[in-house]
Amino acid sequence: MRIKLKLIVGLSVLLFSVNIFAASKVHLDHANTDIFDEASLQNGAKLFMNYCSGCHEISLMRYNRIAKDLNLTEEHVAKNLMFAGNKVGEAITTAMPEDGAAKWFGGVPPDLSLVSRSKGTDWIYTYLRSFYDDEERIFGVNNKVLVNASMPDILWSLRESQSEEEFDQSVLDITNFLDYVGEPAKLIRLKLGKWVLLFLGILFILAYMLKKEYWKDVKYGIWRPRD
Amino acid sequence: MNNKQSWIDQRFPLTKVINEHLAEYYTPRNFNFWYFFGGLAVVMLIMQLVTGIFLTMHYKPDAEYAFASVEYIMRDVEWGWFIRYMHSTGASAFFVIIYLHMMRALLYGSYKGPRELIWILGMVLYILLLAEAFMGYVLPWGQMSFWGAQVIISLFGSVPIVGPDLLVWILGDYAVGDATLNRFFSLHVVVIPLILVVLVFLHIVALHHVGSNNPDGIEIKKNKDADGIPKDGIPFHPYFTIKDSVVVVGFLWIFCAVVFYAPALNGYFLEAPNFIEANPLKTPEHIAPLWYLTPYYSVLRAIPPLFGSQFPGVLGMFAALGVFFLLPWLDRSPVKSIRYRSPIYKWILGAFVVSFIMLGWLGVQPVTPLYVLLARIFTTLYFSFFILMPWFSTLGKTKEVPERVTG
Repeated sequence: MRIKLKLIVGLSVLLFSVNIFAASKVHLDHANTDIFDEASLQNGAKLFMNYCSGCHEISLMRYNRIAKDLNLTEEHVAKNLMFAGNKVGEAITTAMPEDGAAKWFGGVPPDLSLVSRSKGTDWIYTYLRSFYDDEERIFGVNNKVLVNASMPDILWSLRESQSEEEFDQSVLDITNFLDYVGEPAKLIRLKLGKWVLLFLGILFILAYMLKKEYWKDVKYGIWRPRD
Repeated sequence: MNNKQSWIDQRFPLTKVINEHLAEYYTPRNFNFWYFFGGLAVVMLIMQLVTGIFLTMHYKPDAEYAFASVEYIMRDVEWGWFIRYMHSTGASAFFVIIYLHMMRALLYGSYKGPRELIWILGMVLYILLLAEAFMGYVLPWGQMSFWGAQVIISLFGSVPIVGPDLLVWILGDYAVGDATLNRFFSLHVVVIPLILVVLVFLHIVALHHVGSNNPDGIEIKKNKDADGIPKDGIPFHPYFTIKDSVVVVGFLWIFCAVVFYAPALNGYFLEAPNFIEANPLKTPEHIAPLWYLTPYYSVLRAIPPLFGSQFPGVLGMFAALGVFFLLPWLDRSPVKSIRYRSPIYKWILGAFVVSFIMLGWLGVQPVTPLYVLLARIFTTLYFSFFILMPWFSTLGKTKEVPERVTG
């Protein structure tokens, strides 16, 4: 019995430690994101809206949700982060016309609402830091992570004005923000989880004690059928 | 009318039913860890039904809106993320429970007479559950939903003569699309759940008619006291209702740990490519079905095509499922429980379990020559277990089965 349990535990550890979808062969730097780092999320939101949102939508996200989750006032968001929309309850879309995008970039830039879930934060963090000069390409740059990416090195001005460490932090903030955008509920579930588990843990102990009490009848052989 | 009976009992056998199934359903007292999973499966079914009802209120079964509606549930619906994660984690948890439930039957010979019908009903339930889960995974309309469906359904096209027509009949179109999504939605939320509920009811009625097996594989009904109550039996209520409550709370602890801290479980419960909306023009580099389908997917890939047709593989896949039905008649051992079986039987059962797990693991791996070879070896082992069972189940020396349950 004990051996079987050990086997099950062992197998599950083995199963969960291997990521079956690690398909990419490029080495990805680890993005040490922290979704509870509010300053980082706010800076990430600012950078995203300034550098990315001109082309990329995060259409599954609303402006006022960002205001609420990042502890910003709706006025602040409307004034500083809202470039394309009219109302804070709207989804964050881009003003760029689709046929124009296809003409200028060879395709519509993808919606980034869920990029942190489909590609992972490490991928975003590494991708944004992996542009290099390549005269063959239309924008003069190529990317080590996504070869022949049709995206220009949009963060070049940031890289030139910041030290390497500052730039890494800026990219990390954008990554962190996209991680939040991928799953805003993460802010709730990670905070709530420990209380749920604590409650169930206490309930388990009480239920187990109750079971012990009932099963004394069985243990000492004094169980009798009802009349 | 009997005036001593309550108003309801005069009109409906309420007390009789409660007694038959709870208060006077005598259950072997020596149930162990492996007997947790029947009750848990019922809890899981209820959880899936309830969360499913709430998801249905907000989900849109339309190829245009399905993907966004799931994210709408995750973001804009109050507690929608919690309901959705309970449902998606629930699907995988259901299969963990069902596989352990089936393992219990294999260990203690619960499929043997007089419980053959319980086993058959259980196998039908298992296959329906696989279909239910497969169709449910198509509904979020992500890349894996679409391409997983595309790969699995196209198998029906390999059936000789009628294949292509059958495929169109299943899809409602020439490719996976809106028509397919709509019918899968209908089947997933109405037809299959209805049948599941009815079959679970029958599964339990049949079980309570013959009585539960136990880790010793002894029929406790053979040893009754003067009142006609099995000496090794204790009433299901309160003893097992309270014990199962502890089990349910313990299970919920693990379940919630996943829901709150790792709902995607590293790509095993929610695959990363499924966060990209279905795109018929862009095939993902690696298509793998969800983990509970992978042993059969491996069998499918292990069997080489014949005359350029995938049909033998498809047959093999369904045979791998169907052969389970024959188990009660293939096992010719005089004893039920693994505790009293011969050492050789224990080794062979172990080899079978390893084969099943390995086939499951290979099913999520890309196809390489080594993995194909391994899949063929384990497929052979898998089928050998059933084909050779009438022979090896009689081999070796079994231990003497005690009169009364132990422990």
